[in-house]
Amino acid sequence: MATFDHPFLPNAGAPIRKMMLDAIGVASIDELYSDIPTQVRTNRPLKVDWLPSEQEVKSHVERMLAENKSAADIPVFLGAGIYNHYLPAAVKAILARTEFQTSYTPYQAEISQGILQSLFEFQSMIADLTQMDAVNSSLYDGSTALGEAARMACRATGRKKILVPHSLHPAKFSVLKNYAEPAGIGLETFNYDKGTGGLDSADLQSKVDRDTAAVYCEVPSFFGILDPEVANVPSICHLKGALSIVGFDPVSLGGLKPPGEYGSDIVIAEGQSISTEMNFGGPALGIIGCRGENLIRQLPGRLIGMTTTLDGKERAFSMVLQTREQHIRREKATSNICTNEALFAIGAAAYLSLLGPQGLRQLFESILVKTNYAIKMLSEIPGVVVPRFIGPHYQEFVVSFKGAKGTLARLNKSLLSHGVHGGKSLVKDFPELGESALFCVTEVHSTEAIDKLRLLTEKLLGA
Amino acid sequence: MFHQAKWDEPLIIERSASGKKGHNPARPSDIERKIVGPEPWNNVPRTLLRNGVPPLPQVSEPEVVRHYTRLSQENFAVDLGIYPLGSCTMKYNPKVSEAIAQNPKLEKIHPEQDESTVQGILALLHRLDEFLAEITGMSRMSLQPVAGAAGEYLGALIMRAYHKSKGEFEQRREMIIPDSAHGTNPASAAMAGFNVVVVPSNSEGMVDLDALRKVAGPRTAGLMITNPNTLGIFEKNVLKIAEAVHDAGGLLYYDGANFNAILGKVRPGDMGFDIVHLNLHKTFATPHGGGGPGAGPVGVRKDLERFLPVPLVGFDGEKYFFDYDIPQSVGKVTAFHGNIGVLVRAYAYILSLGPDGLKAVAETAVLNTNYVLAKVLERTKFELPLSKRRKHEFVLSARKINEQTGVRALDIGKRMLDWGLHSPTVYFPQIVEEAMMVEAPETESLRDLDELVEAFVQAGKEAETDPEKLRSAPHHTSVGRIDEVKASHPKTLTLRWSNPKLSG
Repeated sequence: MATFDHPFLPNAGAPIRKMMLDAIGVASIDELYSDIPTQVRTNRPLKVDWLPSEQEVKSHVERMLAENKSAADIPVFLGAGIYNHYLPAAVKAILARTEFQTSYTPYQAEISQGILQSLFEFQSMIADLTQMDAVNSSLYDGSTALGEAARMACRATGRKKILVPHSLHPAKFSVLKNYAEPAGIGLETFNYDKGTGGLDSADLQSKVDRDTAAVYCEVPSFFGILDPEVANVPSICHLKGALSIVGFDPVSLGGLKPPGEYGSDIVIAEGQSISTEMNFGGPALGIIGCRGENLIRQLPGRLIGMTTTLDGKERAFSMVLQTREQHIRREKATSNICTNEALFAIGAAAYLSLLGPQGLRQLFESILVKTNYAIKMLSEIPGVVVPRFIGPHYQEFVVSFKGAKGTLARLNKSLLSHGVHGGKSLVKDFPELGESALFCVTEVHSTEAIDKLRLLTEKLLGA
Repeated sequence: MFHQAKWDEPLIIERSASGKKGHNPARPSDIERKIVGPEPWNNVPRTLLRNGVPPLPQVSEPEVVRHYTRLSQENFAVDLGIYPLGSCTMKYNPKVSEAIAQNPKLEKIHPEQDESTVQGILALLHRLDEFLAEITGMSRMSLQPVAGAAGEYLGALIMRAYHKSKGEFEQRREMIIPDSAHGTNPASAAMAGFNVVVVPSNSEGMVDLDALRKVAGPRTAGLMITNPNTLGIFEKNVLKIAEAVHDAGGLLYYDGANFNAILGKVRPGDMGFDIVHLNLHKTFATPHGGGGPGAGPVGVRKDLERFLPVPLVGFDGEKYFFDYDIPQSVGKVTAFHGNIGVLVRAYAYILSLGPDGLKAVAETAVLNTNYVLAKVLERTKFELPLSKRRKHEFVLSARKINEQTGVRALDIGKRMLDWGLHSPTVYFPQIVEEAMMVEAPETESLRDLDELVEAFVQAGKEAETDPEKLRSAPHHTSVGRIDEVKASHPKTLTLRWSNPKLSG
């Protein structure tokens, strides 16, 4: 058996290997594998590439990635769940601490207090921001958080119907379906108001019944609407014994009322925007929180609690209520989740600590102003209807283009060739909106970038 | 002697004082303010308007950095020492993979960008799909699942879709799972609507074939299994297991949690598996972040490709594209394309090792683990129940020590923390009494392995001479033994700082 020296493998070289084999009392590595039937062994080298030096590996991947055009190269007006926010340097520095980065789930609490306290702080900050009793220490992303919330609501109510907005991101709906269908949960959608873009109250009320486990709403909605009607949804739900699930945008809570304050029972969010870069959509950060002991016992995933040492003298942190989880409860667990996104929960804790009350409020205001500036600028272009809906907007808005089929696709292509990435096309998923796109503006979009979008759009549409 | 940092660090909220701030976010430009007008907040409906400012800590940037840096020092990690946590494959995470992932061409791309602007990442994902398919012996991978359990769930969804396509789903509702399996397997199966049927292990710690043949039948949807299993034993009857499940009309699912033992040596596809997941945060050395992120790509055999989530990354000879043309697809299991940051690191890892290197990874992991096992058995009273042949991990029993001294596996694990090591996994799998599950990944040096062995020896000695020292351990960590009962008791449960006790 040939040996293989490698920087990651201290014991793979011939002399050490020989010594260890002797200590084990076998003649060769093959002997350690001799119980494996020969029919299943791989008797040829794997067909994968190899680059013998670190430098080559690094430049190879760099060369591949160089083919991408990123939001650092051109303005990108995309949102729809993943957002380009400015990530403070201090957050990056904290996430780069390899004591956090290279640790495992804190099963041994005494030697893992750093992760545990940080996660407890994350739970506390999100709970305070949303006015929930408990927040777990993370799920995968916003879409799976919705799936888990739906299952949780059904377990808690013993009912099997979940109502979601027709305007839900289609990808999120698809994930939700995969969480719902195997549990026998039925999904029904309620319409949005064609004028305001907010929820169609009458349609929603007609659909909430005694079989409804929960109603899901988002603030801001997929269309970027700050819909005042959402604040009434919890009481509509509670009248029928159903629960209210609200999806929130973490930064928006700098200016918006916590969902707990208007009666929401479960909250979920995509936390990527306050913890990590876009990274083509992942890793992200699933946030889930709830009110009341009954729901807390139904929470999926890990919960961190504050306790003391056995002698009662010192504050300490550990995982709690583990009897909900798969490693104890197996098929009776509240979820199968094990690996989560703990690192980014720490990132979110650092982010929220840095911004603080004033910073988060200021950031909300900045985005609010920029959103409205972009809407105003684009609204001056002939042939463009913006905002498509008259409701108040934050961060995102729908733009409709007059003109034949293909207008938007052509415009987006031309914009790109001029160094601007336009909004997300809604043509396929929301055909009733015609030639429309969802645009996103955050604090990273400069006045110049927004003006460029406006000038180019005007010019290219006129051409 | 090892002493973990201890800072008595308060909660960040306890550092808060009025008027401090840690970051100045960007403000709108004058022209933006002018155009929008003096009252931008009028654009927020009153019913949704927050009353005042959000309740967050008020701390300066240096305080935040110092706080979390201190906390990081109160945390054990692979970069600090050996982490012999069985079934978790806590190997060293190469720094080149980190350096590669810190690239604006990766970090600042949005998942919904036009395909023409993301050809680089699509090419990488396409190639990674090919690499992982080759490594597992499968036909095609979905890179979408973001964790091992997410992969298992997708596997179970594919089984549903497969049996539905044959009109047999209503009758095939049973998922067979060995009693030594990880908790995620039964949890994933149950979440996907299957009834779990547990198949016992035989006297060697392997799946009892006769018992399997008895439960496999027309109600069987599939079998979920790791190989080597959680005891570190290679299921040598795997082809017979596959035959029994396939003959019954079921599908065979490979849980990649223990794949590190056989990387480059055995491919799940060659063992008859139909669906496979890999844990890239284990076998492919991506950092686990204190619990996450991870990635759990799923591979399938040719005729199951039609059920994979949308989109896959295709290549038309000129350019890469998102392929949504999968008519029987189960849909999506996460909103976008998976944990891309993790996938890129794993790709760099594969390139760094190549075919010979990947095989050397498995061989060295098995070598390391067997070295520790041989030394521990030679020098201590720990026992190794069941088969003596182990791969990347083994499960000791501290039963004899417990009977003689009253010291439990838990106490021994806690004492090991005092020596700057992480504890092995304790009390799992449940089929071994006083279990201590040890995995010594390939990245651990002989010196580290010897320290681990010494820890078992020392703990064994102390159990006889000074059992109290173990029962009261750890002594050198940031805090002493924690009251976990109090932590979860309804009267003392504290899940957030502003509400020390729940009303109940």
